[in-house]
Amino acid sequence: MNARDVLDYVGIIPLLPLFGAALLLIFGRRIGEPIAGWIATGLMALAFVGSLVALFALLDLPSETRLQVNQIFTWIPAGSFSVHVGTQADPLSITWLLLVTGVGTLIHLYSIGYMHGDPLFSRFFAYLNLFAASMLILVIADNLLLTFLGWEGVGLCSYLLISFWYQRNDAAVAGKKAFVTNRVGDVGFLLAMFLIIATYGSLEYTAMSPAAHVISTGTCTAIALLLMVGAMGKSAQIPLHVWLTDAMEGPTPVSALIHAATMVTAGVFLMCRAFPFLEASSSASTVVMWVGAITALLAGTVAVMQPDIKRALAYSTISQLGYMFLAVGIGAYTAAVFMVLCHAFYKGCLFLGAGSVIHGNGDNQDMRIMGRYRKFLPVTAFAMVIAWLSIAGIPPFSGFWAKDEILVDAYTNHDYGVWIVGTIAALITAVYMTRLIFLTFYGNARFERADSFEAVPVVSGGSDEGTVHAGTDEVGEAHEYDPDDPFVDTPTVRFGEPPRPGRLHGHSPHESPAIMLLPIVVLALCAAFAGLLNLPIGNLDFLARFLEPVFHGVKEADPSTTQELTAEGLSVLMAMTGLAIAVLIYKRGLRTPAEDPVVDKTRPVSTLMGHAYYWDEGISAFVGGPGEKSGSWLDRVFDQKIIDGAVNGTAALVQWGSRVASRVQDGFVRRYALGILLGTVAIVLFVLLWAGR
Amino acid sequence: MSFPLLLAIIATPALGAVVISLLPAGRPEVIKAFGYLFTVATAGLCGYLLWNFQAGQASFQFVYDKPWIPGLGVRFTLGVDGISLFMVVVTGLLFPLGLLASEKYIVHRVKAYVAWFLMLEMAIMGIFLTLDLIAFFVFWELMLVPMYFLILGWGSARRKYAAMKFFIYTGLGSAFLLASTLVLGFLHQADTGVLSFDYRVLADWNGLSGTAEVLLFLGFMAAFAIKAPLFPFHTWLPDVHTEAPTAGSVVLAGVIIKMGAYGFVRFSFELFPQASVDLAPILLVLAVIGILYGAIVAAMQTDLKRVIAYSSVAHMGFVILGIFSLTVIGIDGAVFTMVSHPLTTGALFLLVGMIYERLHTREIGEMGGMWKSVPVLTGLFIVAMFAGIGLPGFSGFIGEFLSLTGAFLYDRPYAIVAAFGVIFAAVYMLWPFKKAFAGKASGAVAAMKDLDVREIVVVVPLLALSLFLGIYPKPVLDRIEPSADRAVLHFEQRTDYRSPEHSKARIERLREVEKEQAKEAKAAAKEAAKGAADGEGAK
Repeated sequence: MNARDVLDYVGIIPLLPLFGAALLLIFGRRIGEPIAGWIATGLMALAFVGSLVALFALLDLPSETRLQVNQIFTWIPAGSFSVHVGTQADPLSITWLLLVTGVGTLIHLYSIGYMHGDPLFSRFFAYLNLFAASMLILVIADNLLLTFLGWEGVGLCSYLLISFWYQRNDAAVAGKKAFVTNRVGDVGFLLAMFLIIATYGSLEYTAMSPAAHVISTGTCTAIALLLMVGAMGKSAQIPLHVWLTDAMEGPTPVSALIHAATMVTAGVFLMCRAFPFLEASSSASTVVMWVGAITALLAGTVAVMQPDIKRALAYSTISQLGYMFLAVGIGAYTAAVFMVLCHAFYKGCLFLGAGSVIHGNGDNQDMRIMGRYRKFLPVTAFAMVIAWLSIAGIPPFSGFWAKDEILVDAYTNHDYGVWIVGTIAALITAVYMTRLIFLTFYGNARFERADSFEAVPVVSGGSDEGTVHAGTDEVGEAHEYDPDDPFVDTPTVRFGEPPRPGRLHGHSPHESPAIMLLPIVVLALCAAFAGLLNLPIGNLDFLARFLEPVFHGVKEADPSTTQELTAEGLSVLMAMTGLAIAVLIYKRGLRTPAEDPVVDKTRPVSTLMGHAYYWDEGISAFVGGPGEKSGSWLDRVFDQKIIDGAVNGTAALVQWGSRVASRVQDGFVRRYALGILLGTVAIVLFVLLWAGR
Repeated sequence: MSFPLLLAIIATPALGAVVISLLPAGRPEVIKAFGYLFTVATAGLCGYLLWNFQAGQASFQFVYDKPWIPGLGVRFTLGVDGISLFMVVVTGLLFPLGLLASEKYIVHRVKAYVAWFLMLEMAIMGIFLTLDLIAFFVFWELMLVPMYFLILGWGSARRKYAAMKFFIYTGLGSAFLLASTLVLGFLHQADTGVLSFDYRVLADWNGLSGTAEVLLFLGFMAAFAIKAPLFPFHTWLPDVHTEAPTAGSVVLAGVIIKMGAYGFVRFSFELFPQASVDLAPILLVLAVIGILYGAIVAAMQTDLKRVIAYSSVAHMGFVILGIFSLTVIGIDGAVFTMVSHPLTTGALFLLVGMIYERLHTREIGEMGGMWKSVPVLTGLFIVAMFAGIGLPGFSGFIGEFLSLTGAFLYDRPYAIVAAFGVIFAAVYMLWPFKKAFAGKASGAVAAMKDLDVREIVVVVPLLALSLFLGIYPKPVLDRIEPSADRAVLHFEQRTDYRSPEHSKARIERLREVEKEQAKEAKAAAKEAAKGAADGEGAK
């Protein structure tokens, strides 16, 4: 078998987790813990091996011919339009395959530990495998419509996994919100496909590049922007970012896999695939660039204020995705892909680390009642510190290389606006990440006093989420503990909520089991060394050369040494400054859990930022208020009174007429039927006579 | 003459109704057994039809033609093409499943129920198979009677009101249909001297004046739009659905409301091409309103069955949108949706019926927490829900996508506005789902029993088919396409309408550029190789 034959079978890779999902959905309850987890993980590992095989097969081909499309069968033939189910193996799809299967395997493994004891253990792995399958279909597809199938599939799994603890109201609401918000983006995706069909008739990726040369710039702009709307939904770009933070209601491995490492980068993938249209339309590129820059900046400012470790990381993810969009917008596609990889490593590590912390301290997510955890969770602390330095952009960790490539390219391209915004965002990144690390692992140990400090009753009424501890019942309403429903109240802490009493009850936080630590450490090491994939020195830029045939014809920024040093130097300076500021503020931790100096001293700006500029809350208020009211008016008044009223009014008129003709009320229909019969007979007779003349 | 297959498809349920009415009422198990026998036999005949249907052929197949009322020119003409084929097959599939679903719910007057049910099947088969306008009207009218008695006899609290509304409202539409049919026949006779109601004869005739054509189109439209139901003629549907027994709802949503859409494609298009082209924008506007309006109102319902009823209004909006996009791709999509919608909505109605049998309520507010107490029901509901939302991979997506594409090709604004329907579809399904299934189970919900094997067997085939057709719709599309193509060709022959689809020029130009690029890349590769060789040589 030569390399091309191997690449024709790349479609098997998504089938592996798909098989796992089907198996576990049907027989999951019988298979049970932990075998279900091992089956799912094993299939993912197998998919990773398959991806490696595909990589080596691809590397076997000469660089410029590394593209293998295999049309497997005709999916939708309709009129002059037709679309296949097919795979496209090229450097871009193989990169994503490796990312999804590699990080996916690690997070599956972690989940075996994290989900231990959950009554729905098997179902969790079924969903996780189904997600992986959808994501792999998304990236391996050879046309937009098949990508859209994967796109909606990951949306479905995201919905199911966010709502996984469906007995929690917040989780059920968050899942729904994620799906609906993504559908808003999907309208853009769909319209882009319609426009492509109407313009040149083929949804295949290989047709994009030639098409972009033929069709008008205006159409290119429209296609690119419509696809961008779709990408904004999935990749949580402002203003469609509102679902991602609420998505943190899902189990933490889900946040790591779907809402940090893989699914949310699907938007970036789509923009990379659609690069010919972006290249053909500078106005579309400019829009993408600024959407990214604004998202990177604003989401960063929100992250600084969050008391909840997962919500802070979620806003950080939005901000980092903004960087990727910025990169796409300035035409630095390779840099965007590089950032996707590095981000998957360090953010995956951070989320899994956060999960380890949450797991180890009684399901508490409030950083204000953590502190000094490095003594209790040394391995987690070590891994997260590496990831922290990486995301903050400290050399030589991977985040530095990724972010700086983007900023250097922006500077070299003379896009000074986004370069300045991006550099400021780098400072903010360093601030919120340092705050997160210091509040969690350094400073004073606030959990020790957290059980005894005067707690304000929590607004939602529930005082804890049920992990047995009678001592908290005097706070808030007493509620019964139901061993079947361990997760009734969410542990999420929103900005502005007072700290809740701790959940440790005199115990110390504890380190997680090895099965959870292994993935964290592996990801930390990746986060540390991923920079080696693409060093801007000599010909060590492996990734750039690997991806070059995909982005063929894209003019690459060629920074002079001065430019490089200016941009890099400035961003490192900014990162250091941000880091230093946060260390100075948070090195001793917090005086009391209720006092966060940054939040307290910058009111009312901090309130605005903490509430994410009230965009999300505004939408909720609108949908729940005037939105629901007008919908209800349509139903109760317009539909029932006006339209149906007219119908019933007419009927009443007829009935009144019939009552005049006869006093008997029931039997109406029978007489009506008789009437029709007689009428028809009369007509037939009449016509017969008339026709027989 | 070969075996009259289509006649058999109509006659088998009719024979069943007669046989059952002769059976003793005191033996419900015997009656049910005969009910299954005849519905399954009909389904078998439909399967045989599907198997032997020649794909790629636009003309009618299995034609059966006998004079009926010779003096009137009325004939009993049956025939099937790609558009009616799947409606017949879906009908054949839904009836045995509907009977199976009624097993527990229908305990009183089983005999009458099964007999009416079989009569309904006969009438529906007749509607989809007949090619004579008078016979079509007779079946169209005949369908009302069993449906009326099914609602009245086995419906919920307000069944009288609902049955009456159904009968009068759709009956009103039929009156217009009959009048228009007769006028059309007589006008044809006056022009050509031949009295015929064979729609193929009338479709070939080109002698209608513009005004007459528009008026007759509107007369037919009255019947079809009410039945479809097109906004603003839809208000009977939720009332009837709420009161009808589960099997009635399944058949109603599955095939009865498809008759309206079928009527447009089969009759309005062929008989009144010019009026169809001229009035298409009006119907498109109503379709788009129906998509959005049906979805928004669906989201506001507190009765789970009404949610699905209104969602049908939205789905039928997509069907009408595809049909009146006057494109092959749009009509393909519309007919495909007519095949797919019975599967998904049928499954949803069945599941709601199963919930009702357990809780004796359909109020969403009284549910909550079912995910915990009935995981299998919930799992199937999730699948049916996402199939209904139109998730790619399920059949609903294919139909919606093609309908929207057709509308986009016809005139972009319709498709752009209608595309927002996909957001609302998620809203109206996920809102009630969350309220009914998430949260903690308490009281009656906590005590619910999960589905038994019979119930799973009823629902799973529908969902499995939906999934299959979502992944491999080609067999269905291949059979629909020639007929859709014929409809569009008919427009192009009879009017100056031109479909926007057949512009191959752009695609050809694209291929040229592709070739050029490939050539360039090859040349570049050659040069690179040459350069490398030179480099080595220099060493």
